[in-house]
Amino acid sequence: MSATVKSGIRDVRELEEIAKTIRINILHMLTISGSGHTGGSLSAADVATAIYFSKMKFDPQNPSWKDRDRFIMSKGHAAPLIYAIMAEAGYFPKETIDTLRKIESPLQGHPCCRKLPGIEVSTGSLGQGLSVANGMALGLRLDKNPARVYCIMGDGEIQEGQIWEAAMTAAHYKIDNLCAVVDSNELQIDGPVEKVMGIQPVHDKWEAFGWHAISIDGHDMAEILRALDEAEGIKGRPTVIIANTTKGKGVSFFEDKVEYHGTTPSREQFDRAVKEINNG
Amino acid sequence: MADTMTAAEKKPKATRDAYGETLLELGRKRPDIVALDADLSSSTKTVKFAKEFPDRFFNMGIAEQDMIGTAAGLALTGRVPFASTFAVFETGRAWDQIRLTVCYSNTNVKLVATHGGITVGEDGASHQALEDIAIMRALPNMTVIVPADAAETVSVINAVAEYIGPVYVRLGRSNVPYVMPDGYEFKLGKAHVFHTGRDVNIVAAGIMVDMALRAAEILAKEGIDAGVMNMATIKPLDEEALLNAARSSKLIVTAEEHSVIGGLGGAVCEFLSENCPVPVKRVGTQDTFGCSGSPAELLKYHGITVEDIIETIKRSLNK
Repeated sequence: MSATVKSGIRDVRELEEIAKTIRINILHMLTISGSGHTGGSLSAADVATAIYFSKMKFDPQNPSWKDRDRFIMSKGHAAPLIYAIMAEAGYFPKETIDTLRKIESPLQGHPCCRKLPGIEVSTGSLGQGLSVANGMALGLRLDKNPARVYCIMGDGEIQEGQIWEAAMTAAHYKIDNLCAVVDSNELQIDGPVEKVMGIQPVHDKWEAFGWHAISIDGHDMAEILRALDEAEGIKGRPTVIIANTTKGKGVSFFEDKVEYHGTTPSREQFDRAVKEINNG
Repeated sequence: MADTMTAAEKKPKATRDAYGETLLELGRKRPDIVALDADLSSSTKTVKFAKEFPDRFFNMGIAEQDMIGTAAGLALTGRVPFASTFAVFETGRAWDQIRLTVCYSNTNVKLVATHGGITVGEDGASHQALEDIAIMRALPNMTVIVPADAAETVSVINAVAEYIGPVYVRLGRSNVPYVMPDGYEFKLGKAHVFHTGRDVNIVAAGIMVDMALRAAEILAKEGIDAGVMNMATIKPLDEEALLNAARSSKLIVTAEEHSVIGGLGGAVCEFLSENCPVPVKRVGTQDTFGCSGSPAELLKYHGITVEDIIETIKRSLNK
């Protein structure tokens, strides 16, 4: 299958169409694998699509190209999302997504940088991606390399203390070649985030930690693009985008359902979901 | 490092001091080297590097987990990060970070911890790492090194800067005598055999190498031929050296400033029980925490002295 490198797309309609394909491929691989994380892959799909296909510079034929922008999926359980994007971008043949979670597959249950070129660092144990993103941003700065670093976290994930250590570091070292995103879908495994361990006010917390914070509708492609543009223009401090999202977004019967954090669609659900997404 | 004094003439020196000086020298030669610390740079001696290379030094505050992740990120952009703090915090506080972003991700991060072992002294158990070797050794892709003296530390730090992959180097707080022979150069994975004994061979690391040598000297006067090797690389073990020792003496004694569970003693038992079963006795702290006291008092209190090595050997040989 030929590689289809898309980047620098500014057209909202076009990005929305790519996001539909990404959602369908997420559901496709999860239906085949029979295990994996549906809800949190769908909630972050629009933001991740925009980051990759409108903002990032990358070369799927040369994943270690030194001038590439870096992306870290700190909420590693959204692995199906990053795999769907990488397949669409041409990092590997699309049929590889059928091997998700199978033995010896490069598509491990959680992203593994040693098995899949293009994954910058292995994630899965929550709370760690932002520190690595900071380190990369500092390394790029030392090299005077203008490349940028993107890092998506979950809202449940920011209960991890290390996130706030990293938040301090980014502000302290004035890391402005980094844009973090909190995928704020308001649900975690044991229930609503606010019920399990309240994190609000999230926007104010990041600001108090010295960040430029932008709160948006994380499913409005035009708003996402505006926020990513704004982030790029902020100098002297890091930017975080609080993307208010819906867990399971795009599939009515998965939306806002905590039970679809870690369960996968049946064949019948998959067919219905594809129809909904295509009509959406 | 190398001067013309013999080992015996050199004044005892802490391995952490040798680290600070070597890191500074490496920094002068290698612009790719960066250093991180978690608010203990004056104790770990990374402060020397920090003063000369402020742009390449990152004080992470009291945040070990973030320090490890940041080090991994720096490594992923081609830097060679040396991340330092006390051994307890470096390995224990940030174990999962080391596991995921250093070992599983196989990033070129050098973890150089100071204040390993009981000789931390008065600060007591909370600050005395007696389990760090065990928990670092259990991680795939990790190399574990415990130098015996300041000269070996210089050689070790230079070697790990060349080596590509995760490394844990455990250093101490207190001064230790020079024990390695002049001209000695550390080779990763290679033990230094001082002497192969016919009655017993002592496999030691860190400050226990000096004690093992002194024990062997005393035993020799009593007609017991005790060999000594410095197993500075605890992972990967020098299996050939161990097999030679086990075949030559039929008794092995390990000596380490660490719990007898999972450290050098554990590693030696694992290997020999499968490959050349001979009796092994482990000198080290028992299944217990440390406590406050002077380093010398603590070594005695926890049964890791020259006398303890001698007694262990005599008891095992029925002499």
